[in-house]
Amino acid sequence: MIETIRAAFVIARRDFAAIIFSKSFFFFLLGPLFPLIIGIAAGGLGQQVRQDIDRPVIGVALEETQSAKLVDARAALAKNLGNGSFPELLLLPDVSPTAPNIKTKLDTASTPLTAIISGSLEAPLLTGSQADVKRWSGRVALLSETALSGSNPVTVKTDFVATTGSSKKRTQIATAQGGQIILILLTMILAGMVLSNLVEEKTNKIIEILAAAIPMDAIFLGKLFAMLGMALVGIAVWSTLGLIGVWVISSGMPDLPAPAVGWPLFCVLMVLYFSMAYLLLGSLFLGIGAMATTVREVQTLSMPVTMGQLLVFFLAAFTVTKLGEPIEWFAVAFPFSSPFAMIARAAQMDNIWQHGLALIWQGMFTLIIIRFSVMLFRRNVMKSGNSARKKSLLARIRS
Amino acid sequence: MTSSAQENNAANAIEAHKIVKRFDGDIAVDGIDLTIKKGSIFGILGPNGAGKTTTLRMLLGIIDPDEGERFLLGSSDPISKSHQVGYLPEERGLYQSMKAFDAIAFMGALRGLPLAEGRKRGRQMMEDHGLGDAVDKQIRQLSKGMAQTVQLLGTIVHEPDLIILDEPFSGLDALNQGKLERLIRGQADKGVTVIFSTHVIAHAERLCEDIAIVANGKIPFTGKVSTARDRLRPQVHLETHNLDGPWRSAIPDDCKPLGHNWHFTLPESGVEPLLRALIEGDAGIQSLSIERPGLHDAFVHIAGEAVAKKMEEDLAKDAGLQGEAA
Repeated sequence: MIETIRAAFVIARRDFAAIIFSKSFFFFLLGPLFPLIIGIAAGGLGQQVRQDIDRPVIGVALEETQSAKLVDARAALAKNLGNGSFPELLLLPDVSPTAPNIKTKLDTASTPLTAIISGSLEAPLLTGSQADVKRWSGRVALLSETALSGSNPVTVKTDFVATTGSSKKRTQIATAQGGQIILILLTMILAGMVLSNLVEEKTNKIIEILAAAIPMDAIFLGKLFAMLGMALVGIAVWSTLGLIGVWVISSGMPDLPAPAVGWPLFCVLMVLYFSMAYLLLGSLFLGIGAMATTVREVQTLSMPVTMGQLLVFFLAAFTVTKLGEPIEWFAVAFPFSSPFAMIARAAQMDNIWQHGLALIWQGMFTLIIIRFSVMLFRRNVMKSGNSARKKSLLARIRS
Repeated sequence: MTSSAQENNAANAIEAHKIVKRFDGDIAVDGIDLTIKKGSIFGILGPNGAGKTTTLRMLLGIIDPDEGERFLLGSSDPISKSHQVGYLPEERGLYQSMKAFDAIAFMGALRGLPLAEGRKRGRQMMEDHGLGDAVDKQIRQLSKGMAQTVQLLGTIVHEPDLIILDEPFSGLDALNQGKLERLIRGQADKGVTVIFSTHVIAHAERLCEDIAIVANGKIPFTGKVSTARDRLRPQVHLETHNLDGPWRSAIPDDCKPLGHNWHFTLPESGVEPLLRALIEGDAGIQSLSIERPGLHDAFVHIAGEAVAKKMEEDLAKDAGLQGEAA
């Protein structure tokens, strides 16, 4: 056992150094920036376009004093309800409040109008398309009411707290979902890389030197932990940058509602469950990838592997609100969904012992997968002769 | 793993008893028995596909035999003895981005040598082998011959007691083959057991005290090179002045002359009666030589014409590849 750990360390050290000190690792670290930049840019553009399209202007064809009251009422209400809650008002002094041809003004006004208010504040007439009239009639009524009463809205004093008793469950579910999403995203991005991890050794023909020198388990363990180390370095960098970003934008850390086990333990569990999810999926991927002889075979495997990950995530996500139900217990017990289901538990349940059990169970299962992968690898891959090399992955797994 | 391993005769570097390996129903190694004593240079001779590599992989613990048992340095768990073993596989490979001295150190570290010590030794060994300028170069920057030397140095950097080389001469030019032969002899002089597989009989003949001949997954012969050669009677090459006379009774009846030259196997009675009969029978001896058969003849005799022909084809293929590489 000690020799296996020593040998695994030799492999892990080589792999870790090879990855961390390569130029491509810098681009790997930059990776999450690209979707972030694209997301921000796309979001900003979309909002701008939406604002441009969706800024309604309503013409006001009332008597002068009533028009002024209506404009004042809009300003007063917008303070409390937000400017976006009300249409822009454009005074139409040339249009008589009782003009019979109001409809034609909608098309002839210099600014495109969504609708026109005419008549009086006591009996306003809103002229426009059916959809626009339906949308704005309520708010026109509110504006007219406020304009007529001439009163200002009451100012509400505010006193903020992070959470309340009634919102605790809701926020903890949100934390559970957030934790799961972060875990699955990181696992999906990072664990898939393990698939091709043994291809280098096989194409460079180093695998035989390794296999003759150290236990095969040590090769698999070493590779897995090197990749985990690389993933954790990436996560540490991204988390640090993310926290700095939040700190700068929010002028300090936001007061988030705490998960059931508290933030410090929740963060520790996030790291532990990410590691276990990574090791579980990684050991499986490593085993499958080890059977592949070419990069093309590995690429072909990527799709079903990603789908498999998504299924596991759907299972865990489905059970977030079903604590203690059989399906949730299944997600907790099924090794591949267990880390995701358990992080949801950490957000909603405060007993800690269950996490110890879950981690032991997940660790044991990782070792079982590694053993099985090693057995397959030794039986099917380490053969001499061309026929063995040319055999397809499927045939190798079947045999 | 180690605790369950059986221990066996520690005087032998290798012991294999009736080991069998099948791949998808095809038998690759068919009940091989092999004993290799410590401190010798041992050659495993046979054409490609005979089962040499599979045998070596089983002996090293890379794969397990389907039947039979094997002991490496007395242990049935060969990997547990890996710190005392150096192995150069037939398919050479190194991490391309590693520096040369680091590659040597890494191979030593795999077999228990501390990394710092491995680096120190790696630098020194490269200097000693005339590769001082390439110490800090990446493997991908080295020539094929240099990379092969680096891998060989990595095989012995941890000073193993047993070195196993699978087709070590394959792909090397004559100069590097000579260097490798010297390195093997140097290791053997230090008391290290060296086992190598080859399909080039000349290397085995020059280097080995003992050999095993592998053909079709079996070992039809294992023992001393001289014993293999002794399986054939010496060959007589005779040139006579006369073509007939009483002396003819001293040579086999089926021997036909090529001009005045006669080639035949030395009769059971030995050299003296033959000589006496030739002289007294007035053969008019122009020249006479009696040659001990070479290992090649012994190989043909033991393994059969077909296997020998296959080995010659492998050799020709090797020469072709070397020509292409050049």
